[in-house]
Amino acid sequence: MNLTLHAGEVIGLAGESGSGKSTLAYGATRLLRPPALITGGSVRYSGRRVQQPVELLELQAADLRRLRWREVAIVFQSAMNALNPILTVADQLADAMRAHLQLPKAAAQEKAAELLDLVSIPRSRLRSYPHELSGGMRQRVMIAMALAADPEVVIMDEPTTALDVVVQRDILTQIMELKERLGLSIVFITHDISLLLELADRIAVMYAGQLVEVGTAEQIQHEPSHPYTRGLLNSFPSLHGPRRKLAGIPGSPPDLHSPPPGCSFLPRCGYGTKACEEIDMSLAPVASSADLRHVTACPFVLPGTPDPAPRAAADADPPGPASDAVPAGAIAADADPGHEGELAK
Amino acid sequence: MTTTDAGVVSAAAARGPLAMEAAGLTKDFSLGRGQVVHAVRDVSFSLHAGAVVALVGESGSGKSTVARLLAGQERLTAGSIRLNGEPVELSSRRAFRRYKSAVQMVFQDPFASLNPVHTVRYHLARPVRLHHRASNPAEVQNEIRALLAQVRLTPADSFIGKYPHELSGGQRQRVAFARALAASPDVLLADEPVSMLDVSIRLEILGLLDDLRTRLNLALLYITHDIASARYFADEVLVMYAGQVVERGPAEELTQSPAHPYTQLLVASAPDPDRFGRSLRAGIAGGTRDTAAAATPETGCLFSPRCPLADDHCRAEAPVLQRVTPSRAAACWRLDAAAPDVLAGRQGGEDVTG
Repeated sequence: MNLTLHAGEVIGLAGESGSGKSTLAYGATRLLRPPALITGGSVRYSGRRVQQPVELLELQAADLRRLRWREVAIVFQSAMNALNPILTVADQLADAMRAHLQLPKAAAQEKAAELLDLVSIPRSRLRSYPHELSGGMRQRVMIAMALAADPEVVIMDEPTTALDVVVQRDILTQIMELKERLGLSIVFITHDISLLLELADRIAVMYAGQLVEVGTAEQIQHEPSHPYTRGLLNSFPSLHGPRRKLAGIPGSPPDLHSPPPGCSFLPRCGYGTKACEEIDMSLAPVASSADLRHVTACPFVLPGTPDPAPRAAADADPPGPASDAVPAGAIAADADPGHEGELAK
Repeated sequence: MTTTDAGVVSAAAARGPLAMEAAGLTKDFSLGRGQVVHAVRDVSFSLHAGAVVALVGESGSGKSTVARLLAGQERLTAGSIRLNGEPVELSSRRAFRRYKSAVQMVFQDPFASLNPVHTVRYHLARPVRLHHRASNPAEVQNEIRALLAQVRLTPADSFIGKYPHELSGGQRQRVAFARALAASPDVLLADEPVSMLDVSIRLEILGLLDDLRTRLNLALLYITHDIASARYFADEVLVMYAGQVVERGPAEELTQSPAHPYTQLLVASAPDPDRFGRSLRAGIAGGTRDTAAAATPETGCLFSPRCPLADDHCRAEAPVLQRVTPSRAAACWRLDAAAPDVLAGRQGGEDVTG
């Protein structure tokens, strides 16, 4: 798979757990541990402070160390576990800066205080331990830490997943402010595509370790092409606007030990045909789109293609004969006519 | 039609007869040294057969404690619970077990709620026997098959001998549902039943729950932090803040015209692709306030430190849940400023179908 992050851009990486979004990000920064092995590909980085493009996958350990944090920083998932519980906020921040910037201790402490200002945490919190902070504050400390060495690219791996919606919105607003102020490029990884529609310039949708569609947020929202993207968009109940008909995606993600032949989404796809078993999942521009950068892995379904007729979906993993008493698939529609059948498949 | 506290007619009442009634539920946890956490404060609502009531709030708002109180896992500090008209009394083991046959709970994390060393058969056979649905092995086996079919784990025989690690998250949650249904309960308490699952299968599971409550005429309490799913799934929504119900009303009405400032904040914060004006991407500065740092005050409205409309009255005296329209109530002194259109009754009336 190929993906380009431009300067000052927010690119969103969407997909379910196990789709490989985090693996992609960690692979690109060479943070994967054995037995993970990068078997091929290339990661090129060029920034303001880097004269010529660097090939990350060929860097020596020392060079890589210099590049990490100063050029590319990561905000890890679950700030609860990423912070050291027995160090104060000041010590954690200073530690990172001393390791990566070789700052003397006093300077590092001062910089730590400035970083807290940056993420609007009062300086009085410098002496706090992680357990004394709320989830939102911990996440802000993680963001401050990532920004310690003034990086150009920040990779955010589900930075707000464990937070309440109100706190989540605060953090996101802050991230976007910092992005404008510091000129960051951001890779935002999340399973919540509705967040990305509000946040990202471009969105890349992943399924079973592959990119299935890349486009601008507008294209993904209004002209989604790939059936999986459509399914994801239809999986979110919306709070504002008219009630839409919701439809989940039947089945569950494939086992990557033995992926199905052809399109990996075929077993769950309502549009599937015989031809899908033979395609390779390479990205090609959406045929009906004027923008060549809107690419999809599905050559058959176009943005205008009408939704398929609901089929008796393979609900459980081993598709077998459904019991007579409970037909799999279309259920709720006949169950309760008064409830408008929004949850019907 | 049943009238519960604040003179509000529950939107769930149109669905079926009253199954469970919670009146003035209160739970304090003592932290020692005289410190007390008021986890749940004077919460009242009713569950009706075939209807879904959603309890919405942020983590720490007390919504799970309410479920644990209803499930008989915590002792009430004050208040009472009535099941099918009878006051609930759990003093003896027998009474507790009888209560458990009628009220079952499903937990958030299907990875933690199933025992990894036992098969699906074991998980389901125990409740089938305990709650006297069947005693001899052949009957038990048949009951298990029927339960698995009910949660659409078919063919049942391919799942019956599996261990939890052989199942996906969605399948595990279905087993958890089957286990709860094994007692043939009247009331099902679902505590964040889909929030640990992948987005693409959440709707499936919610659809299954929706189907089960209609088919089995279950009274369902749906606890969630996701107010958007409550809009689609629930008949009535109760919004909790700091242990208190701050607003209640029919799901569609409440989410489309929230009256309480906290509900308004919740609704405004939910990510929504359908929203116009993408404030986030435009980089509009929304003053970052440290929401969590605002401690709950000793006196006055619990939300007042975070409320943009709070005045001296709010800080001095705590508002109680008051009827706004026949089916809605809110605990706020400043409703005139917060929700003039709701007060004017434009959204009011007896429309409880959502």
